[in-house]
Amino acid sequence: MKKYTNTGNKDTRSGFGAGMDELGKTNENVVALCADLTGSLKLGDFQKNHPERFFQIGIAEANMIGIAAGMTIGGKIPFTGTFANFSTGRVYDQIRQSVAYSDKNVKICASHAGLTLGEDGATHQILEDIGLMKMLPGMTVINTCDYNQTKAATLAVAEYKGPVYLRFGRPKVANFTPEDQKFEIGKAVLLNEGNDVTIIATGHLVWEALQAAEELEEKGISAEVINIHTIKPLDEEAILKSIKKTGCVVTAEEHNYLGGLGESVARTLTQNHPAPQEFVATKDTFGESGVPELLMEKYELNAAAIVRASEKVIKRK
Amino acid sequence: MPNKQQLEDFATQVRRDIVRQVHKVNSGHPGGSLGCTEFFTVLYQEIMDRKEGFDMDGKDEDLFFLSNGHISPVFYSVLARSGYFPVEELSTFRLIDSRLQGHPTTHEGLPGIRIASGSLGQGMSVAIGAANTKKLNGDNHLVYTLHGDGELQEGQNWEAIMYAAANKVDNLISTVDLNHQQIDGCTDDVLPMGSLKAKFEAFGWDVLEVKKGNNISAVIDGLNEAKSRTGKGKPVCVLLYTEMGHGVDYMMGSHAWHGVAPNDEQLEKALAQNPETLGDY
Repeated sequence: MKKYTNTGNKDTRSGFGAGMDELGKTNENVVALCADLTGSLKLGDFQKNHPERFFQIGIAEANMIGIAAGMTIGGKIPFTGTFANFSTGRVYDQIRQSVAYSDKNVKICASHAGLTLGEDGATHQILEDIGLMKMLPGMTVINTCDYNQTKAATLAVAEYKGPVYLRFGRPKVANFTPEDQKFEIGKAVLLNEGNDVTIIATGHLVWEALQAAEELEEKGISAEVINIHTIKPLDEEAILKSIKKTGCVVTAEEHNYLGGLGESVARTLTQNHPAPQEFVATKDTFGESGVPELLMEKYELNAAAIVRASEKVIKRK
Repeated sequence: MPNKQQLEDFATQVRRDIVRQVHKVNSGHPGGSLGCTEFFTVLYQEIMDRKEGFDMDGKDEDLFFLSNGHISPVFYSVLARSGYFPVEELSTFRLIDSRLQGHPTTHEGLPGIRIASGSLGQGMSVAIGAANTKKLNGDNHLVYTLHGDGELQEGQNWEAIMYAAANKVDNLISTVDLNHQQIDGCTDDVLPMGSLKAKFEAFGWDVLEVKKGNNISAVIDGLNEAKSRTGKGKPVCVLLYTEMGHGVDYMMGSHAWHGVAPNDEQLEKALAQNPETLGDY
């Protein structure tokens, strides 16, 4: 089992903030828009260092999406920042018409996704956003796993022309991917090679998948671990290559099992290489208030849940 | 610059184009299109500083965004007759494989269109964004929009109206097509909006009223006055009083022709009232 070291817990949103500040220095076309959550989105440095390119929109997310779409006309690259819930469900029609259908180069950047938002509860814990966004034609959907990867993704999406949904979160989590990584949109990252089961994880569940693989190794089970940071376009080649070897798969995500990464993997398998699959995801439910770790345990979104799902899916081979 | 008679002739031909487009496919929105014919004619033929050809970025030229996208027939006719695409293409309106979709879109690459519209209430936000970018680019050109009055019932407009004034987006001229009609009836019956002038002014806009929105000279004067008020720290709102269905007697002043196409007999009547001037497509 390949060893990964946590260089210290950090929040993914701070990776976004650091990436934005760097983009502010390196790309004069990058502009940031925020709907009254500058601190939460870690956009303070961008605002301070590039005030002429920072747009405080107020609590008006629909207007923010429209302004971002308009700012692309004339060559700017707008990054919008608010919570995942207000970045997607609240403004779905604005994104659909003014961004996706109009093919505007807008980067919709969403923090506080999923249960790990914690105590604020289900009104803010969106678990449907990946599904909403991946259904939009032309939309790229990215869910990063740690600080370093979120910073790298932020830099990468500025270079890519087209609408992007970039999803990250609130809590401080393990930071274990390389600081100098090259982020390739649509390219899966093989974290560990194994033969008995493929674990495909995205976002905060990637670190949990690595912990699960270690536990499985102790039980004599060899798990292959793939980090899918880009849910759309999905790296089907990497997924099929792995599952053809292992014969079964566990998908893991902080999202509803309807519409998430797991369903995209299931479709890929159904069309190409049917194989048993278990879903580590929320099961068509809303979240609730609580400490993030306890919520992840209650809703079975952690390493222990991935171990259980792996043992179950192997038996179904 | 075209003279007044040339603008009148242009508008008459646009009216023919509108009713012919919707008649052919038995769908589309003639009422609002006819009511805004003078506005589009004057905007594209007289007011806007436009470059030859079309590119999406529209740097160093004025931009226009249609928020109430359902009046696509008038938009398409004026774009075609202003040189953005062949006039003959108007015959493909709403047909399969056409660039002239029911509501305007960039998706099919139709020159002259910079944003999709149809789902209401989004155009002003987009225009504010384009106006922001013009300022960042040091481009002194203006951004124009058109909105239906009924469309202002959508809440996003008021987010945009609040933002534009607070942030001194003074390179923006937003026109409201004040015909007092919407699909279900008079705006005052469906959802009364009170005084739009008072509302825009309360939000911090410079508001001017054009009482004769179907009179070429009045529209020219109104839009020139609006231009003269830009760059002074406030976005500019033009309340354009129009008549839905103007120019076709049996459609005039009624919401009944908001989204209804004329039959063969009605088409002939409409065309007789608007004789060919620039040549039919």
